[in-house]
Amino acid sequence: MIRDITLGQYYPGSSPVHRLDARTKIIATLLYIIELFIVNNFWGFLIAGAALFTVIAISRVPVKFIFRGLTAVFLIIAFTFVINLFMVDGRILWQWKIFKITYEGLMRALFMAVRLVLLIIGSSMMTLTTKPIELTDGLEKLLKPFSLIGLPSHEIALMMTIALRFIPTLMEETDKIIKAQQARGADFESGNIFQRAKSLIPILIPLFISSFRIAQDLALAMEARCYHGGAGRTRMNEIHFARGDAAAAILMIVFLAVIIASRFLPTIF
Amino acid sequence: MAFISVKDLIVEFTRIDEDGREVPGKKALNGVTLDIDRGSFVAIIGMNGSGKSTFAKCLNGLVIPTAGDVTVDGFNTRDEGHLWDIRRRVGMVFQNPDNQIVSSIVEDDVAFGPENLGIKPAEIRRRVDDALRKVGMYEHRTKGAHMLSGGQKQRIAIAGAVAMRPECIVFDEPTAMLDPQGRQSVMDIIKELNAEGITVILITHYMNEAAQADRIVVLKKGLVFADGTPHDIFADREMIEKAGLELPYEIELREKAGLPDTVMTVEDIICQLK
Amino acid sequence: MSIEVKDLRYVYNPGMPGETVALDGVSFEVRDGEILGVIGHTGSGKSTLLQHLNGLLKPASGDVYVDGQCITDGKAKLVEIRRKVGLVFQYPEYQLFEETVAKDVAFGPKNLGLSEEEIADRVKNAIELVGLDFEAIKDSSPFELSGGQKRRVAIAGVIAMHPSVLILDEPTAGLDPSAHADVLSMIRRIHESMGIIIIFVSHNMADIADMSDWVIVMDHGRIVLRGKPREVFSHGEMLSGMGLAVTPARAIMNRISAEIPDLKSDALTIDEAAAELREYINRTKNI
Repeated sequence: MIRDITLGQYYPGSSPVHRLDARTKIIATLLYIIELFIVNNFWGFLIAGAALFTVIAISRVPVKFIFRGLTAVFLIIAFTFVINLFMVDGRILWQWKIFKITYEGLMRALFMAVRLVLLIIGSSMMTLTTKPIELTDGLEKLLKPFSLIGLPSHEIALMMTIALRFIPTLMEETDKIIKAQQARGADFESGNIFQRAKSLIPILIPLFISSFRIAQDLALAMEARCYHGGAGRTRMNEIHFARGDAAAAILMIVFLAVIIASRFLPTIF
Repeated sequence: MAFISVKDLIVEFTRIDEDGREVPGKKALNGVTLDIDRGSFVAIIGMNGSGKSTFAKCLNGLVIPTAGDVTVDGFNTRDEGHLWDIRRRVGMVFQNPDNQIVSSIVEDDVAFGPENLGIKPAEIRRRVDDALRKVGMYEHRTKGAHMLSGGQKQRIAIAGAVAMRPECIVFDEPTAMLDPQGRQSVMDIIKELNAEGITVILITHYMNEAAQADRIVVLKKGLVFADGTPHDIFADREMIEKAGLELPYEIELREKAGLPDTVMTVEDIICQLK
Repeated sequence: MSIEVKDLRYVYNPGMPGETVALDGVSFEVRDGEILGVIGHTGSGKSTLLQHLNGLLKPASGDVYVDGQCITDGKAKLVEIRRKVGLVFQYPEYQLFEETVAKDVAFGPKNLGLSEEEIADRVKNAIELVGLDFEAIKDSSPFELSGGQKRRVAIAGVIAMHPSVLILDEPTAGLDPSAHADVLSMIRRIHESMGIIIIFVSHNMADIADMSDWVIVMDHGRIVLRGKPREVFSHGEMLSGMGLAVTPARAIMNRISAEIPDLKSDALTIDEAAAELREYINRTKNI
């Protein structure tokens, strides 16, 4: 069902990874994504993959749970793979009419697919091990220095909290509206692109109206609970840097060095 | 002095006319005057459009009167400087369980109110745990809100109000979207909170829920149409029909079986028959 | 006219960690012009069942026949299935989207590919059948109506497709007492004038007892009880074990009978209960 999408979902736990400060995890994730683009051969991915699996093992998030999240983005991965497979010139391995697969294309396709898989698993590790509220609190604190140049860090963080909270609600709402219109004989699958775009109107308008209703209800509920902006607000779980975060920081630097060094290893294939 | 005092309350919504000017629109409340005592359990009933939901929103300053005054514990809701003093005293639970939960995780949502009040972290933790125990949702504290049933979500919303330690909670049709089990659990919690001294104002269109209050106010077209004990209110069949409402089942049965009008509950019926 | 469900099975997330059997061998039949009430606790499989009846979900095994024609064998056209079986979801007013009431009601008939005159005709009839004034309301925006009116417009949108079977999921949810009574009498009116089969789900046992010819009770994806309302509501203990209730009148009478064993009751409505009480009072007075 629609609510099974793992992307952006928290897996409760108390592992050392869960206990890290959200800011550490946000920075580590950003760094990891950058490192995936520094990597230029499969050695790098081997190291990056090993590191990721170590983190997963420490976090005790079931591997099954993580891969379930991947199925939701499987199409994107497959699309990237196929595009790269057919689009690169080089030594031809297989050809049929205008379609050809080259050695270089195959390597590039594998390379991109692995990068994408690691990227998705890596970033979902952050959301899986960090409560949404800690994530947004962390983001708020990281963005705080930018409020000097007028960046509304509290508001951005609150918007993220609410967005994360209402993704499942809006997905269910969409599902319901699609089914209700299908029951009235609506057809979303046939016709050319313009007809299809037009057939979305019966879904989009009720969805907009629902979103406005939710927004209005939520705004009232927040006001009733004394919300008046970020000033003077406290937090139940204040986030603190601890010894674990220091250790994580050191590991991150070492890992960055290893990844950069991996660029100079000879290619495997 | 009464805890909440409402005097000549008029609320008129404005609308934008064809030329883009603000003009007076529908009158939701048309001169309501009533006092609510500390610790009481008041049910407010009336058809859709009778103004009961607008009335509820006036009690904590979510809607400011067009004319007349609402005073909570001495603070007038017009006085913006004391709006937070009012809202921390008068909590509110709304109809749609989904649309009032701010955070994805149960305990983080319950903490939202106390966090806005600027309370110390350790004290927030204590209040959140207490509130969750009170509504029987402590074991679910680390769950995702979207995994809960409607009744459970509504209990979380109640915990969110309770964690602010209010003196009064206004419930705006809290059971309208729930199944019978969810409805029962919410009513049980409401009665328990009232027994512990919290003033309860319950807006509802279920007559059997209203019958459990100490006092019922019937609204019709923005006016107080009747005000009294459940016994008095439900003795007046004609008034109930005029207000577009119906009698609770026990009372309907009492009337049709020709039992005396002191009979209010099933226990009373049994006493009569024995 | 008839609808027949044979050994329907449905599994959510087959082969995945969250695998759940939502329907486990459900069979029943509704004949010409009957009203079937469906009750069950939230998550008992009611909604899943309803969605099978007009092809929104495909069963893992089992079949659904409407007027003798199988709609689950993959040969029936979807538009044809949806014409035969109208499904009104809970809070149907959330599906309204057109600028005017008339256009919104016309959405379904248009999807059936009917002629302009036929559509106009059906729209007018459907709006009148749900108890609204066609001339007064046809050009207003559906979003300016009251809650009860919106719901009736949404139901009109489905009955304008002239289904043989009309399914309603909690048609009275969230309405105040007078709007509630209006919607119930509207359902009766639709049933009488169109002569169609009606299947409706409700948590309101008084409505179920009042409206249905037959009742089925669902629990854990199975039909655990079926019969006339009086038979079904005589299983009070079994129902409460499934988190369900009997009718309010019956619940009151059960509590009275527990204290006064001499007073036996099989009342479903308040009127019947009152008659039993009066009869008991007369009987005991004469002793």
